[in-house]
Amino acid sequence: MPSHSASQPQPETATRQRWLAVLAKAPSAQLEAAWNALADKPAHRALRRAETGLVMVRGRIGGTGQPFNFGEMTMTRAAVQLLDSAGAVSHTGFGHVAGRSARRAELVALFDALLQDPARHDALAATVIAPLAAQQEAANAVRAAKVGASKVDFFTMVRGE
Amino acid sequence: MNGIAETRPAGSSDFGRLEPGFADPVRDAQSCFRAILDAMAHPGRIVKLPVSLAGAPPAPLGSAATSIALALCDLDTPVWLDEAAGAAASYIAFHCGAPLATIPGEARFAFIADPSILPPLDSFALGSDEYPERSATLVIEVAGLTGDDGAVLRGPGIRDEIRLGVIGVPGRFWTERAALAELFPRGLDILFVTGDTLAALPRSTHIAL
Repeated sequence: MPSHSASQPQPETATRQRWLAVLAKAPSAQLEAAWNALADKPAHRALRRAETGLVMVRGRIGGTGQPFNFGEMTMTRAAVQLLDSAGAVSHTGFGHVAGRSARRAELVALFDALLQDPARHDALAATVIAPLAAQQEAANAVRAAKVGASKVDFFTMVRGE
Repeated sequence: MNGIAETRPAGSSDFGRLEPGFADPVRDAQSCFRAILDAMAHPGRIVKLPVSLAGAPPAPLGSAATSIALALCDLDTPVWLDEAAGAAASYIAFHCGAPLATIPGEARFAFIADPSILPPLDSFALGSDEYPERSATLVIEVAGLTGDDGAVLRGPGIRDEIRLGVIGVPGRFWTERAALAELFPRGLDILFVTGDTLAALPRSTHIAL
């Protein structure tokens, strides 16, 4: 699972994608609890207030691997800016979550911005991201095991002409 | 479409310079739309936009021009910015999602921050006789608007006549605008803005200088 390198002041895109993926799938209650547990909440303002819309989900299922439009899903997005003590913008965070919870999108954006702050990154990665990631991985493993138990191998005994 | 640059997300360093848009996007866009509609229905009337931006407007655009962009521009309206207004490109791309047109003729909305370098009016899309609405709307930042001197306007939406003084547009603007009048229903709709006020000059208005 994600190993966040401490030495990078500007985290790699892949690292950020990983924490955003974990945050986007995290339940509202846990995000709220993590936010409430923050000792020094940063000053912030909404760059783009949470708004709900539709996104087209694309998939590849056919034998040729051609992408096709699978269907639309509801999504909520938000963007927040953290403000430093002088009132200047220090970091900008983005949150995209499935569904229509505005607060959840805001919290994801806030944590995204906080995780970009080198001074806070390591602590947050350890206390917020790692437990959520472990929990999601465990849930995935349980589901994979259940699905795996129902796996059927097809093979052709005689090819009729 | 040709001439339209793909909208790219601003670099991460740019996000720090972006200001928030409307404080209450839905209500603010609706009340701005209503005020713009009112101005278009009453050419030459100086209308104050009910502006409530949550942050500073992107210089050099004023709050009225910014509110017009936020209320009217979206994915389907390519926006052209003059050289002076170029600094507002990332703001408009982020908040409106509008593609940026690289030449005036591709734009549905054009924002002109420096009227002295205004391109010839017929370089903008004028629509066609079948589809006159496929034309550009010009938003021009001017130094000031006055209601008691300047051009005499007549036409739909005006009882008898009304005067509109526009400070800061070059003289050739009025001759070029007069040349467009005979193309009606093709033409350009023009919004003069200064600070948080605007005055409209739709294509149906006749001008006597």
